[in-house]
Amino acid sequence: MSIELDSHRTLTAARGRAAQRGLTTRQAVADRAFRVALLGATLLFVALVAGLFIELVHGSWESIVTFGAGFLWSSEWNPVTNHFGALPFIYGTLVSSAIAIVIAGVVGISAAVFLAEFAHPVVARPVSFFIELLAAVPSVVFGLWGLFVLAPILGHTVEPFIQRYLGFLPFFSGPIYGVGLFTAGLLLALMIVPTVSAIARDLIQAVPNELREASIALGATRWETATRIVLPSARSGIVGACVLALGRALGETIAATMVIGNRPAISASLFAPGYTLSSVIANEFTEATSSIYLSALLELGLILFVVSVVVNGCARILMWSMLRSQGRRS
Amino acid sequence: MIAGARLAASRRVSGLVGVILTGFCSALAAGLLILILGYVVVQGWGAINPAFLTQLPHPVGVSGGGVANGIVGTLIIVALAMLMAVPVGVLTGLYLAIYGRGLTAECVRFLAEVLSGVPSIAIGLFAYTILVQPFRHFSGLSAAFAFAILMLPLMIRTSEEAIRGVPTAIREGALALGLPDYGGVIHVVLPAARPLIVTGLLLAIARVTGETAPLLFTAFGSEFWELNPGNPMATLAMQIFKYAISPYDDWHRQAWGGALLLILAVLVLNVGARWALRGRAKRS
Repeated sequence: MSIELDSHRTLTAARGRAAQRGLTTRQAVADRAFRVALLGATLLFVALVAGLFIELVHGSWESIVTFGAGFLWSSEWNPVTNHFGALPFIYGTLVSSAIAIVIAGVVGISAAVFLAEFAHPVVARPVSFFIELLAAVPSVVFGLWGLFVLAPILGHTVEPFIQRYLGFLPFFSGPIYGVGLFTAGLLLALMIVPTVSAIARDLIQAVPNELREASIALGATRWETATRIVLPSARSGIVGACVLALGRALGETIAATMVIGNRPAISASLFAPGYTLSSVIANEFTEATSSIYLSALLELGLILFVVSVVVNGCARILMWSMLRSQGRRS
Repeated sequence: MIAGARLAASRRVSGLVGVILTGFCSALAAGLLILILGYVVVQGWGAINPAFLTQLPHPVGVSGGGVANGIVGTLIIVALAMLMAVPVGVLTGLYLAIYGRGLTAECVRFLAEVLSGVPSIAIGLFAYTILVQPFRHFSGLSAAFAFAILMLPLMIRTSEEAIRGVPTAIREGALALGLPDYGGVIHVVLPAARPLIVTGLLLAIARVTGETAPLLFTAFGSEFWELNPGNPMATLAMQIFKYAISPYDDWHRQAWGGALLLILAVLVLNVGARWALRGRAKRS
């Protein structure tokens, strides 16, 4: 750290002297122009992000003024009478993302523990590589696979099986369509597993080895070390990784649109079709006929934006705090 | 003594079970890629033929036809997005790497991290409100703008890391030889950082090539040859989406063919980027 600071100081000093080093006026002007260009690009980037927020607020203003806060808990979505409420979409988004993060959290963290703590590099390297490539598969391809492979399997085999034994619970009752909240949640889980497992693996590997050695020296097995020493000390970071993955699931559009069934209804059953914030925008935006309809759809986009900023901000802060506290410890 | 031995056995068994279960989870996650990839290859292979790659889509009911306009549209939109994202991304990365020590720079970094998590559909809405609504028609350009914003966070982060990775001694050397600040950066630092920046660019391209959501109300789609980005354009990802949710078997077949092309392009970009990175790590 101190070396880096020193060299930074040297560089700054050298830069300071540059003016006295006999740079020509042309060079001095170009130097200044260079700095302005860098600053300009950075400001442009900041302006773009600010513009994104401002434009979404501006576009949804009509809807915000007309429906007020009731937009968030009204469940009527009727383009004919121009009455719009976001509740069915918020519900569908939350339920499908909750299913996704529970499944992806368990599978992803388990995979991360195995890859970081137990697997031989010969196994760990290709497996990590495959999992990371899974993150690169386009969401429309996930959606296609979900629609033609996953949904029929769930609809014909898995969901009837669950219903036979757990059908007395309201979550698993009602007619089965194949597409629905559960299918969407499972497909989203597949899409965010790589996010959880790749970040969690890096964080687990960042846990200082002294902790493992101390635990083994006290007589713990490697499994006990991994679950009771290593995982707890990476906990806040791993929670951050899960929150980050949750953010991805909340905003995922195309794959969810293809398998969730697109029906703006709130039903207790997970097998029933639902609708998400992003999929209603995808389906109806180009068909919005009145300006209030367009504005209501833009407000759904604004909700998505605000939620994703909050969720991602929290995730980053959690992960930074973990890495920083570890940096202080070692 | 016996109690101790029994305890040790149960602990050993629970450890073994734990390792097997976590290993199973890893295999499951990695196996999924193979499963999906395999399915797409098997289903898509039959759809790919010269006509599929060179012809325009046929109307419903007329079998055959292809996705050539979608492939070209994707290439044009991604190229335009690259032209917009590379200068802003690399210059911002330079700013953060060279002057980025204060609170402002920390805020810009945080902003980039947060932007990388904003749903692409929200970014598409932004592109719609500033580039489609005022001009009253959809365009490839507005799609490229949305893609550029999607690429920026990754471009900024990889550029900053690439430039920070250039040894300070090299920068000092450039200054010591009397080069002005910009000269040192342009002639010495950027060439040294170029391979990593290109890797980041490839990953950013891979990320947007498969994007569909923001295109639905920016590029919109088209049935014709469209080389002018001022007009609505087709892209491969949108064609897959449209064909997949249609009720026609012939279109389903073409959706799988398109998915195979798309997944191959994205995987080649990803593997290429990683391979370039690994070769570099070994050399240094």
